[in-house]
Amino acid sequence: MALAYELRCRECGKTYPNTPLSICDACFSPLEVHCDLEAARGSFTREKIAQGPDSMWRYKALLPVPEDYVPATPAGWTPLLAAPRLASRIGAKNLYIKNDAVCLPTLSFKDRVVSVALANAQIFGFDTVGCSSTGNLANAVAAQAARLGLKTYILVPSDLEPAKILNTQVYGAKLVRIDGNYDHVNRLCSQIAERYNWGFVNVNLRPYYAEGSKTVGYEIAEQLGWRLPDNIVCPMAGGSLITKIKKAFKELIALGLVEEKEVRFFGAQATGCSPISTAVKTGADHIEPQRPSTIARSLAIGNPADGIYAARAIRESGGWAEDVSDVEIVSAIQELAETEGIFTETAGGVTTAVTARLYAHGRIKADDLTVTCITGNGLKTTDALAGAYEVERAVRPRLSDFEAYIEEQTEDRAILEGASVR
Amino acid sequence: MSVKVLLPNAFQKHTDGTKEIQSSAHNLPELITEIETSFPALKTHLRDEQGQVRRFINFYVNEEDIRFLGNEKYDFKDGDEVLVIPSIAGGCSPHGDTRFAPSQLCCCSYCGQEECSCA
Repeated sequence: MALAYELRCRECGKTYPNTPLSICDACFSPLEVHCDLEAARGSFTREKIAQGPDSMWRYKALLPVPEDYVPATPAGWTPLLAAPRLASRIGAKNLYIKNDAVCLPTLSFKDRVVSVALANAQIFGFDTVGCSSTGNLANAVAAQAARLGLKTYILVPSDLEPAKILNTQVYGAKLVRIDGNYDHVNRLCSQIAERYNWGFVNVNLRPYYAEGSKTVGYEIAEQLGWRLPDNIVCPMAGGSLITKIKKAFKELIALGLVEEKEVRFFGAQATGCSPISTAVKTGADHIEPQRPSTIARSLAIGNPADGIYAARAIRESGGWAEDVSDVEIVSAIQELAETEGIFTETAGGVTTAVTARLYAHGRIKADDLTVTCITGNGLKTTDALAGAYEVERAVRPRLSDFEAYIEEQTEDRAILEGASVR
Repeated sequence: MSVKVLLPNAFQKHTDGTKEIQSSAHNLPELITEIETSFPALKTHLRDEQGQVRRFINFYVNEEDIRFLGNEKYDFKDGDEVLVIPSIAGGCSPHGDTRFAPSQLCCCSYCGQEECSCA
């Protein structure tokens, strides 16, 4: 049976059979997977989806894998949480968080894209896979490749957070630190993928990989009771996720699973690496590359691959993009943790701080149904909070000492409160 | 003066498999002209209907994006290694560079319209 998907050039429309290829040989533009919605219509219904597994694979009919594909890893199907306490802090009334900080198996949304990429790596017969990564992708490739018995080469910028390096090496992956930033690493990977017969998830497998991001959009719609939100706030590194959530919503509308609605898309970046938000703010139809300098290393892509598509998607939707400073990122990480019990990495700090600003500036209205996408876990970037909390003296295990400690705390608080009044 | 130019796999269908050339070009515009002269089959693919170099094609000199070096104003130095790499997804063009600027008149590749159907 013919597969219900193929590769298609995003610019000239030339089609290709399924193969590990990401660039059109006619116009050198990027290729994208085109799924046959008509073929999926019978198997992509609310009822059939509900009977599927509690993972992103409940949407298998619209992912580029064969019908009989059996996934090895149950990624996705993460919580969509109402966020009333954060909402009241930032002037929102109907705010939800899509929490991919707890996406399995490696605690970031990259587990979704890697699941689809490695499924195709196996179909194409690769025994070695790899990626260029700012960290989360490295973790996801390493873990899932281990589970599938694939060899791995993972290239990262040399200044990556220690936790992300350890969380790659522990799976037995070959991690290569490159003396340069992500854009240098990515360019090198393009050359390596041409030289070696390896499946690079975000190079020659990229069209398949990127489709995995659609599952964030499917899940949001299903978890909202098969309806679309008014707004999506989404972090942007390469810019792919925001375009794929939009694609997912379009597909759901086309298949009649949700009512048609113009969802506004809002992009979030760190000011120290903000090529896409700059393009949105200036109205440019191109991306001017930047040299990244931010603690949000997972978003530090100065020449974002899908930047132009992300900027277009935002503009066409009536949305906006913002960028925030490193200080704001750290405060937002703490605020999200203190209000909603979600510990996110720096990228989530970016998204949370940008969400707050969008409400403050009136870009998002208080009553709008807004979903903000948290894409990674704070345990991976604890160095961002270094020095934020003092190590307190140890209290002797006696009730009287504990009471004295509480007394001390109360006095300290009174002094602090008094000081703030003055 | 001579610079080494490495061409991507995507070009090779139009270059009879040539992956690497030596060039005496002094800058990027000269290099593009020289590539097109050497490989006429590549010319129609390298440029769009308006004759602009397609914006998904990136140039690097000794590992650095040429846009950080001055782009067309950068003078090649003897021994420079120039890499030509198409963007894996999306693409970009430098601000104010009309050579890469999107045309407002055509659709398809460079109209900036996501849903263009004329392809």
